[in-house]
Amino acid sequence: MNFQLIGVNHVSAPVEVRERLVVPESEIPNALRRLSQHPGVEEAMILSTCNRVEILTRTSNGAVNLRAFLQDYFPINLAEYDKHLYELREQEAVRHLFRVASSLDSMIVGEPQILGQVKEAYASARALGAVHSQLDQLLTRAFAVAKRVRTETAIGSSAVSVASVAVELAKKIFGSLHGKHVYLVGAGKMSELAARHLLANGAVSIFVANRTYDRAVQLAGKFHGEAIQFSQLYDTCDRADIVITSTGAPHAIFRREHGELFLSRRKNRPMFFIDIAVPRNVDPELNKLDGIFVYDIDDLQQAVVSHVADRTKEAERAEAIIDVEVQRFQERLQTLNVVPTIVSLQDHLETIRQAEIDRVRGRLGPLTPDQEMVIESLTKGIVNKIMHTPIHTLKTAARESEATTVIDVVKRLFNLEARKAKSGGDSGGPGSKD
Amino acid sequence: MALFWLRVALGCYAVGLVYILVSLGRTSEWANRIALQAAYLGMIFEFVSLAENIFPARQITLAAEHNAEPLLAFLIMAMFMVVYLIYKTTSPGIIVFPLVFLLTFVAATGEERFLSMVPSTRKDWLIVHIALIFFGYAALILSFGASFVYLIQERALKSKRSNGLLSRLPALQVLDDISFRSLAVGFPCMTLGLLAGIVVAQATYGRVQYSDPKILLSILMWAVYLLLIYTRWTAGWRGRRAAYLATGAFATAIIAWAANYFSAIHGFVRS
Repeated sequence: MNFQLIGVNHVSAPVEVRERLVVPESEIPNALRRLSQHPGVEEAMILSTCNRVEILTRTSNGAVNLRAFLQDYFPINLAEYDKHLYELREQEAVRHLFRVASSLDSMIVGEPQILGQVKEAYASARALGAVHSQLDQLLTRAFAVAKRVRTETAIGSSAVSVASVAVELAKKIFGSLHGKHVYLVGAGKMSELAARHLLANGAVSIFVANRTYDRAVQLAGKFHGEAIQFSQLYDTCDRADIVITSTGAPHAIFRREHGELFLSRRKNRPMFFIDIAVPRNVDPELNKLDGIFVYDIDDLQQAVVSHVADRTKEAERAEAIIDVEVQRFQERLQTLNVVPTIVSLQDHLETIRQAEIDRVRGRLGPLTPDQEMVIESLTKGIVNKIMHTPIHTLKTAARESEATTVIDVVKRLFNLEARKAKSGGDSGGPGSKD
Repeated sequence: MALFWLRVALGCYAVGLVYILVSLGRTSEWANRIALQAAYLGMIFEFVSLAENIFPARQITLAAEHNAEPLLAFLIMAMFMVVYLIYKTTSPGIIVFPLVFLLTFVAATGEERFLSMVPSTRKDWLIVHIALIFFGYAALILSFGASFVYLIQERALKSKRSNGLLSRLPALQVLDDISFRSLAVGFPCMTLGLLAGIVVAQATYGRVQYSDPKILLSILMWAVYLLLIYTRWTAGWRGRRAAYLATGAFATAIIAWAANYFSAIHGFVRS
């Protein structure tokens, strides 16, 4: 295993730094090509999002100077950026990749986009042939780990912004938001954002009422909605399932009697009031009516806070999963390292056995099937007994990361190098590991 | 043999009951799945048990003590499964599973007694009567289960606590749909079932004994049922008020059921 990673993220670097290091999507193939030509780089992938730029490589032998590549590729003075860069090797690089893919390293822990972005980066590197053997295994494993984290922890299950909490609550009341009407009372930025979220989740139409009618018309225009005179508010409000209030009124606009009126006009179909105004526009008494649900800004923010706390707790469980997975991946790779040697050792001894049998067969004359079998099992038994200890030693060594030495010794003892095993591309000896 | 199958069914329901409770306590897809599979198996065994009882006897033994409960349990479970197929929710299971278990338990642990009803001249109508009434009962119970979960969810939303168990309950609208639709299906069944009962009574006794407690309670239950549908239809009552009404209807249904033990007509012949 010779993984090496260099990069910046939203923690290590401010946006002024990150934006200078971004590799635009159209530039990725070119960058990958140059990276692959960089001395010592065997495989490479570039992940470039708004929150991170990372270069992941597998090197042929020992560490590669990835900083030199950055200096080469970007028109910058790298020395200024040094304190923002992080560089990770071996299992630290593996762990980092697993954490990134599982959205543990994200600004909003558990957000789902990052996995897609890693998958895209992988796909373009793979298409170019920049990722083909061990890095391929590493990424495939990273996707499996991300999936495991997502299914075994509740890390991405709760909403962590005021607008998404509002959508989540609306879904708890109405099931689906399809066909639901939204009423904006007051044309603030926050209510506009919430309305956008609700529309994206299936709500069909928007009404806007504002003290300044022009502003209402303007906002309604953005959503292809309907502007309504403020004086018509109480006559029209029962048409909406979800009401978002954000006016600067000094006292409640909606009081209990309004709620009762709306309910009777709506035949008791439920209504959801989202009150993001301070002072509040909706009298909390309304929440006591059957079928009316009122959430003010504090309620929503509290939900956000508790969801964030939930995520933090889930993130701890996720880290434990990743610990296990990093360990497991490392063991698997190391076992893979010794496999070609084991195969060529087996081949070598099998050839000797066959040759010896052929050599004595002429002297023995015709044999009965029974005798054939005895010879087969006798010679096989001897070979297996001889092979047992070396194979066992190789496998143990693999787990204890002294594989290279043992592989070398076995190869020299049995003269395997000269015979050149027929194993595939990546039988190359792994580099030293400290 | 019928009793044996019934006890197997009871075992399945017990497993289902345990796992449905587990799945309410924490996020676990598998617990839900086990509960459903167990309930499904339970239904099959219960059906086998019912079939063994009813068909070979070639006579109507449905209203006999130990056939009535399994049949009702079977129908409730069947409706629960239909709801699951449509809405993909097992929440009414909070009510449905314990009830089905209890009904089956009562029948499975009793002694094996299969007793036929008061002989009637209109057996075909009697079958229709029993089947429809039972279907009505099953619908009422399912509706009650959904209303109950509605109340829990509504309370959670009102009190602004939305974590843990509560966040996994279905949306209010979905629960309301389940509750109302099962009523809408059950009410015509109940009505026609009662009419069929009148036909049977006329044919058997020449008149309907309105003073019989079972008949009185059944009519009361039907009235509450009607009220429930009516208020929902016209005033759109749901939530707390609808749930209270559903509870009322459910209570009368239980009393009407229990009246079997006091009624002259539906009374079980005791050995």
